[in-house]
Amino acid sequence: MDLDKLTSRSGEWLRGAGPESDIVISSRIRLARNLADYPFISRATELDRAEIEKILWEALTATSEPGELFYFDVNKLGGLDRQLLVERQLISREHAESEGARGVAIDSGERTSLMINEEDHLRIQVMHSGLDLEKAWQRINDLDDRLESKVTYAFDTRLGYLTACPTNVGTGMRVSVMLHLPALVLTRQIEKVFRSLHKISLAVRGLYGEGSQAMGDFYQISNQITLGSTEEALIKQVADVVPELIKYERKARDFLMKEGHENLHDRVSRAYGILSTAQTISSEETMHLLSSVRMGVQLGLLTDVALPTVNELFICTQPAHLQKISGVELDTADRNKARATLLRRYLSRHDNETSAEHN
Amino acid sequence: MQCQECDKTATFHITELAGGKPQEVHLCEDHAREYLSHGQEEQPAAPTLAGVLAHQLAIGQTAEDLARLDKRTCPMCGISFYEFRDKGRFGCPHDYVCFADELEALLANIHGETKHVGKCPQHSATDSAKQTELIRLRREMKNAISAENYERASTLRDEIRQIEAEVGEKQKTDRAGEEGGE
Repeated sequence: MDLDKLTSRSGEWLRGAGPESDIVISSRIRLARNLADYPFISRATELDRAEIEKILWEALTATSEPGELFYFDVNKLGGLDRQLLVERQLISREHAESEGARGVAIDSGERTSLMINEEDHLRIQVMHSGLDLEKAWQRINDLDDRLESKVTYAFDTRLGYLTACPTNVGTGMRVSVMLHLPALVLTRQIEKVFRSLHKISLAVRGLYGEGSQAMGDFYQISNQITLGSTEEALIKQVADVVPELIKYERKARDFLMKEGHENLHDRVSRAYGILSTAQTISSEETMHLLSSVRMGVQLGLLTDVALPTVNELFICTQPAHLQKISGVELDTADRNKARATLLRRYLSRHDNETSAEHN
Repeated sequence: MQCQECDKTATFHITELAGGKPQEVHLCEDHAREYLSHGQEEQPAAPTLAGVLAHQLAIGQTAEDLARLDKRTCPMCGISFYEFRDKGRFGCPHDYVCFADELEALLANIHGETKHVGKCPQHSATDSAKQTELIRLRREMKNAISAENYERASTLRDEIRQIEAEVGEKQKTDRAGEEGGE
């Protein structure tokens, strides 16, 4: 797998396919696992880390098809490559920024990623486009079973899978669904929705996880509790609330179309106008405007651009992607210029041409 | 439909998710804005682990008790209770046993439950005591090397190899047995 080539496609999470994909971007499940005979990462020596990495990679190789997984030694990757993996949701920011022996195994479809020596020895992640938690669970459960036939996990019959942080103990599972909710933001209902979610112990995060802002109106809904419920029950808790959120977002879009059609049309047209003509533009402004454009295309208010193009722009205008595409490292000012150039190039193409390229 | 608060037409139809079952509220734009801005004040941030722990430890503990507790260390990985509550991360699987009493209340606080009911490994640890022992022996070996006590380090290395071989061997036979039985 060539990291440089990844920039030319959208990756699994922004593929824009799967059930309810107009609003649900992706469904993701991760499992935290640790080896029974090594200290957790905070107390692991460099030698421990190297041995953990070796044991887990051997187990992964033994339980997967040849060529199914590609391994990246994150410790040896350059800063830009690490950032690229973060932008593609294949590793966490913490994993990119920490030190010492660590790595990630990724499948060619970018659905599976296995981080070694992150906060726990192993973090397995499976991601599917659209609303598809059931398939994600089947896949990750199977991966976990296969690995467990080769290694012994730290497990306690009363407390379940033992993790470095007690907030993950038990199932070690985080179920999350990423949603695009621009109409709920516009109608100022989003805060209210979040308060309700907090009340039923669900967490809301931005695009790039903990502490990240809700860039481009993308929100991740996930379980907070990991102990005392079965995996199926935890999945159901998240899965049950998603159709409600989809319904509210659709209602808010209908409302905006009926009651504020002119305003909305103006807003998305202006967003498109800025994106297709700007000479310099920040990542934040791009995400913000692309969010309006995405909704505008879905509501039929904008016909100059196809949805796959908009999805692709969300990812390829991110800082590391932009630099990879440009082929040189750029400072912020130069990135803002390069981003504007890329946007103009993408958005000035005739739509038919654009869709043809993506088919 | 008419607004619940006045005579205007209700254009906002809000569904309350909180509480038992979803509740519909029908309002005009003005009343909807008022309704939605209620309780708009910043949501208190989710309690941090350190915060929860500090609060919980403050109950029914004297300063001396807490100081004594802070000094307690895990015999396997060597982490002190203070380091755990400071960083919010454990040092090894044995900490869950070592600090079990303090943990019970913390887990109840975080998860509302203290017992795992989910998935279990098909092959449970063959000998978990021996595996945890390896964590201690490897740490002692590293310390012996740092102290240039090579004789001790060499004894420890032999001990580690022996346990690794035993655990590995037992794992293999156990799993082969299970697979053969299927």
